[in-house]
Amino acid sequence: MPWLHAVILVPFLFAIIVPFLFKRLKRKVHTGWFVFFIPLFLFIYLLNFIPVIANGSTVYHTLPWIPSLGINFTAYLDGLGLIFSLLITGIGALVVLYSIYYMSKEKEALHNFYVYLLLFMGAMLGLVFSDNILVLYVFWELTSISSFLLIAYWYQRKKSRYGAQKSMLITIFGGLAMLSGFIMLSMITNTFSIREMLTKVDLIAQDTLFLPAMILILVGAFTKSAQFPFSIWLPDAMEAPTPVSAYLHSATMVKAGIYLVARFTPIFGGSFEWFWLVSGVGIVTLIYGSITAVRQTDLKALLAYSTISQLGLIMSLLGLGSATLYYGYGDDTTMYTVAITASLFHLINHSTFKGSLFMVVGIIDHETGTRDIRKLGGLMNLMPISFTLMVIGSLSMAGLPPFNGFLSKEMFFTGVLNSAELPIFGMQKVGFLFPVIAWVASVFTFIYCMILILKTFTGKYQPEKLEKKAHEAPIGMLIPPLILASLVIVMFFFPNVISKYLLVPAIMAIVPGAAEAGVEVKISAWHGFNTELFMTIGVVGLGSLLFLYLRKWYWMYRLVPEVIMLNKAYDAALEKLEPASLRFTKRYMTGFIRDYLLYIFAFILLVVGGFLIFLNGFFYDGSNNAPISVYEVVLILAIAIAALGVLFARSRLTAIISVGAVGYIVSMLFVVFRAPDLALTQLVVETVSVALFLLCFYHLPELRKEFSRVRFRATNLIISLGLGSVVTLIALSAQGNRSFEPISSYFENSYELAGAKNMVNAILVDFRGMDTLLEILVLTIAGLGVYTLIKLRITGRDKNEAE
Amino acid sequence: MKSNDVMLHTLTRVVTFIILAFSVYLFFAGHNNPGGGFIGGLMTASALLLMYLGFDMKSMKKALPFNYTSMIAVGLLIAIATGVSSMLFGYPFLTQFFEYYQIPILGETELTTALPFDLGVYLVVVAIALTIILTIAEDDA
Repeated sequence: MPWLHAVILVPFLFAIIVPFLFKRLKRKVHTGWFVFFIPLFLFIYLLNFIPVIANGSTVYHTLPWIPSLGINFTAYLDGLGLIFSLLITGIGALVVLYSIYYMSKEKEALHNFYVYLLLFMGAMLGLVFSDNILVLYVFWELTSISSFLLIAYWYQRKKSRYGAQKSMLITIFGGLAMLSGFIMLSMITNTFSIREMLTKVDLIAQDTLFLPAMILILVGAFTKSAQFPFSIWLPDAMEAPTPVSAYLHSATMVKAGIYLVARFTPIFGGSFEWFWLVSGVGIVTLIYGSITAVRQTDLKALLAYSTISQLGLIMSLLGLGSATLYYGYGDDTTMYTVAITASLFHLINHSTFKGSLFMVVGIIDHETGTRDIRKLGGLMNLMPISFTLMVIGSLSMAGLPPFNGFLSKEMFFTGVLNSAELPIFGMQKVGFLFPVIAWVASVFTFIYCMILILKTFTGKYQPEKLEKKAHEAPIGMLIPPLILASLVIVMFFFPNVISKYLLVPAIMAIVPGAAEAGVEVKISAWHGFNTELFMTIGVVGLGSLLFLYLRKWYWMYRLVPEVIMLNKAYDAALEKLEPASLRFTKRYMTGFIRDYLLYIFAFILLVVGGFLIFLNGFFYDGSNNAPISVYEVVLILAIAIAALGVLFARSRLTAIISVGAVGYIVSMLFVVFRAPDLALTQLVVETVSVALFLLCFYHLPELRKEFSRVRFRATNLIISLGLGSVVTLIALSAQGNRSFEPISSYFENSYELAGAKNMVNAILVDFRGMDTLLEILVLTIAGLGVYTLIKLRITGRDKNEAE
Repeated sequence: MKSNDVMLHTLTRVVTFIILAFSVYLFFAGHNNPGGGFIGGLMTASALLLMYLGFDMKSMKKALPFNYTSMIAVGLLIAIATGVSSMLFGYPFLTQFFEYYQIPILGETELTTALPFDLGVYLVVVAIALTIILTIAEDDA
């Protein structure tokens, strides 16, 4: 099936064409119409795979990318990937259709919009199809980047940029953590392929990197799926155009994390840590999202928090369901598999109803000019179709019949109730908390669903607060949510079609062993008066009561101070981090060269001296030493006196002359050590440099000229003494450790080899002539440097440079 | 105020000649005795400097109409050309050759490719030393 790769690549390729289409046909046809057929075509193409996948087989095709590193672009399609790819292409097509009516042909930069959207679609498809974890990571980051671009689509707005930056920072942080987790996994298993990893589950479970790899991968999944406490980017991402919110931030991208958790459940599932991390974080996100959603006044923010909460629900179900892997799939464990079934089913349901809800909110925004529920009201008669759609979506979200949300919520309750009786992982003690939290969260879900319907559509119509005169949306804008809403109802009445063709193959992908045991999933709307039904009735009862008296207890929200909000912490961290790092840098980057020299010398002292001490580097052997002559003693003493004269000189002139003295004595030493060439050169060069020093001294500015001794600093003294002694010790031990005969015996044949009796000169011009060549080049550069520094002094230049 | 530097001028005339001769000796002696292009070049430069000290800039420029900057280039070119020439005969860069010849007057003499290389060094050193010092000397600012 080589065409599987085309599914991923077509959106990318078409994204290249979009700007040309936009430029050419800008005024005539909305660019979206061309884009619309891409996801539609892909959706229909992917539908063809349903029978194959439903039979329990999988499809894959490998394309070599970097074969030498074992990185191949393997497109792999199984039940799990199929669900996601159908959601991506199906909802993608509807969102593009919706955006054709939502985005103005005249005002908007549509080529940017559709390029980003196609980029995202291709990246998302690549993500769910990838078998190679590194390729998966590439697509993962592509979704982050395209999402960043889409959130900041209206980049003129400050809030858009803020939201885009926030989501970028958080999701990229998670992505990088995930990458390191992936690398650990590949280190354990020595493969990049997920399918091959599945065959080495035992190996992974025994490895010490098991836990770090798992946590890092989960961090990636949690940041992408807006789980607690990484959920803060999602509400701010609502600054994006509504089609983007509907597509990315409800139906697809935020589910990439869910996909990742589901995909890696067979590898990590069945362990205590995975169970608690996934289900624990999920259930906390569920309750946090649903409670916070109630206090929102912006419709999109409310939907964002409800998305967070629903994602938490799916995540916790995946965690609870992973208990199946502890036992292995069988008759007695199918009751735990219900949780996984519920999570997958709710995943599909959530995409349908949340997509339609976002679209309806977009319609309200588009037709009234506001999303603030305090300004809205009484729209029921003005926008009857939108109202109907909103009722369907909200009631499905609240989990009421006859909508698909009811089925998945009942299964959710079944899942948590079953898990509460789990005899493993310490669930005996705290397991009862899961149904309780789930139930409370459902009550809050019910409340915000009621807010969504009743506060926007009932009550008094307030035209004076609205920017536009409210009216029903054009039909093209209503078709996509209509399709989604009809799916919501259809799925309630025919859930088993979905379960047979989509859920069962997906479960086979998540729970190994399910295929052999013959997995069965039957979803029915009515299974008698059981606990779950009473829980739902309770949710409706208490939820209605609380909603009616919302004003009476709304003050409790004000009790939770804004300070502990996660956003504040994020902003504060970001704000504090910059000045803190500035302070840190300013502390040591003083701008004084003497400080930097101090660091350098101290570092050399520490490293070299440390090696000398801790590795017992010092070794002295005096047996090869030459006898010391009187001349040497005298000259060395003279040098020492001259050098100390430099240090303690009161005037600079004395210091210069002392330096000259040191130089001349060195040339005397060369004479004593029988190096006539060196002595000659040293004499002349020393003369020239002393003359240049005197030149500098002569031109010192009069103003602050002072005759003062070198100022005393204890640290400088310690470091210079330390450095001097370390260098001395190294020289001594190097002298005692000569391991090879010197090669100078070779140069002694200079007369035969180079026709020169002067060995030094023979080395300079013949044996090592290259060094001489480059040294005269150095001299040239120095000379030209002096020349240009003095000659090319353009007046007034300094002022410009200062700016 | 212009002082009468007859002593200096006369001495310079004599001494410069001696130093120049000595520097040329150092340059040629380098192959077998202490000396060579570097120290020879410095010596020549010091002889020229002495003349610059003894006489004024203007007359020196008339007497020695050299462009020292291009002299640097010439020196570098000679040095590199010596190295490249060995490559023309299929040897590695900077391979030196030497041979003994019977030359009239001088008798048996050693000719070596190291000499032009050293000449390059010599020219560069002379030119650089003079460039640096004259540039600084001419600078009024």
